[in-house]
Amino acid sequence: MQTKDINEQIAWAKINKDVLRSMENPRSGYWIAVGICVAMVLVAILAEIYQYNAGLGVGNLNWPHMWDLYIATFIFWIGMSHSGTLLSAILHIVHADWRKPIYRFAEAMTTFSLMTAALFPVLHLGRVWNMYWVLPYVSDRGLWPNFRSPLIWDAFAIFTYLTSSALFLYVGMIPDLAICRDNAHGWRRKLYTVLSLGWAGTDRQWRHFRKAYLLMACFLIPLAVSVHSIVSSDFAMSIMPGWHVTTFPPYFVAGALYSGCAAIITLFVLLRYFFRFEEYMTIPILEKTVKLTFAIAMVWSYLWIIEFLAAWYGGHKADVEILVSKFTGPYSPFFITMIFCGTVLPFTLAFERLRRHLPTMFVVSLLFNLGMWLERWMIVTPTLAQAYHPFAWNVMWPSVVQWAIVFGSFGWFGLLFLVFVKIFPSVSMYEVKEMVYHRRRHVVEELAVKYHRRAGDPQPVTDNPGT
Amino acid sequence: MTRRIVLGLFKDFDQAFAAIAEIREHKVPGVSVDDVILKSPIEHPEVEEVLGERPAHVPKFTLAGAIFGMTFGFLFLASAQATFLVQPQGGKPVVPLPSNFVLTYEMLILFGVLFTLVSFIVGAGLFRRRPPLYSEMISLDQVGVMLEVEEEQAEALKELFRRHKVVEIREEAVR
Repeated sequence: MQTKDINEQIAWAKINKDVLRSMENPRSGYWIAVGICVAMVLVAILAEIYQYNAGLGVGNLNWPHMWDLYIATFIFWIGMSHSGTLLSAILHIVHADWRKPIYRFAEAMTTFSLMTAALFPVLHLGRVWNMYWVLPYVSDRGLWPNFRSPLIWDAFAIFTYLTSSALFLYVGMIPDLAICRDNAHGWRRKLYTVLSLGWAGTDRQWRHFRKAYLLMACFLIPLAVSVHSIVSSDFAMSIMPGWHVTTFPPYFVAGALYSGCAAIITLFVLLRYFFRFEEYMTIPILEKTVKLTFAIAMVWSYLWIIEFLAAWYGGHKADVEILVSKFTGPYSPFFITMIFCGTVLPFTLAFERLRRHLPTMFVVSLLFNLGMWLERWMIVTPTLAQAYHPFAWNVMWPSVVQWAIVFGSFGWFGLLFLVFVKIFPSVSMYEVKEMVYHRRRHVVEELAVKYHRRAGDPQPVTDNPGT
Repeated sequence: MTRRIVLGLFKDFDQAFAAIAEIREHKVPGVSVDDVILKSPIEHPEVEEVLGERPAHVPKFTLAGAIFGMTFGFLFLASAQATFLVQPQGGKPVVPLPSNFVLTYEMLILFGVLFTLVSFIVGAGLFRRRPPLYSEMISLDQVGVMLEVEEEQAEALKELFRRHKVVEIREEAVR
């Protein structure tokens, strides 16, 4: 059984070779994946063109259901973006070096999730041409946006998070881009020469790099918390039953970390399989990620239970009715599936054999994210379906147009990610070298030979060999 | 007087550090450890122990950026909100602190990150012409020790490198 996070005897040259190989010569499977993603995006574009011309009614978005799958999916993608912050920034600060082979694609996920999430507030407006109204831009009558509104906060938060996470991803990649520059030809060499900014690996450059990267990590952690807290404020600062909940900010942040971790597991399995990264994305690293996911799943479960207990104990009639309707109303199958995927299923992670089984972890991680997406939908829609005014009660099911746009967002994310892994290194070469270097210095071969327990060791001698 | 740049490529940090230790002990007269530029594929955790403390002013710029972002953010919001003076506020203050706090916080982080990036690029000397004697082996697995010395010191320096099993020596005249 593999117990080491990485083989510390692996040569540095081999690390370069393996990672650079993953960026070359896409195979047919890659182009099939790209084709599927492009098709999904095209279908979504057609749906959006139709919705743009016909109005939001074709998505079944009518009063009181002004927010539905679009906003639920917006929250889902914002949540997904927390994976990079957790794995990269938090674990970097606490010197958890097992993150090094897997943080790069998690950071890329953060940036691409935000680029996907940012589409939804635009799409759900209907009048997409008025999107700039949320920007801090003064009109010709001298009026500014309402800075008291959480929707404006969203615009600020997403812009800041997207800028910061993209810069964090880029800065962390500069030493690797120099490696790419030194090994590439043609247009790639030109691209990497520009992007690597003349990196030469001098002590001065490393010294400034280390400080800048650490400081950016320090900024990114509170930023990630603030972004999802702000997104939760879109709901918590309203007076709608089921939304006006004090625990929403931590609940949203926990859910974000949960879905982000689940997505990391999914992509871990895919990259390991398709790019033959078995020596870098090892089973012990997967196990650590899975354990982290389990812990976050328990935090998230606690918070949603607390949310419902507070509504139950508080006795506010509208809140209690929303709560009961989630368990017994028309949306109950989705709500119960959410509980199963989000709270019950994580207990599979308690079993070591399952934690180390890649196909199981792949399926389970997809189900976790299904649960997290349902969670967002179950936050948005049931409250709108049954708010304070009984005359406005209305169960709504999303139309094909909404589903097409939502599925298209997954295609868009997938397309960005597929392009990324073929142009940029999805494993951080210099950090894996650092990891190998440090671990190598901690392993003294003579001591290992002398003290490690092995299968061929002499058996214990018993007092009475006849029994 | 001609000056030369000499780069010694070593197989690992131990050999490079041993060579630097001898430079620190002035085994090559007239050459100081302060002139050493270490080039490596990773950042060695003990590099400062070997080369001594060298400045990196990134945190100061980060702090300046954060303070600027906070100040700019709040003043920007407040000045924009001041244009609402002519409008009814519904009992709310013209410049509401709770909501402005959120946006000011975002601006603090945004400008903190931007200033950090700029200070990194400037401080690390990026965007400049690539330093002389660049070797692609450094981005692979070798450690380089580079110095600019007088021509008559170059041979002694190369001899020092050879004592520490240097893999390759490159040199060029300073233009």
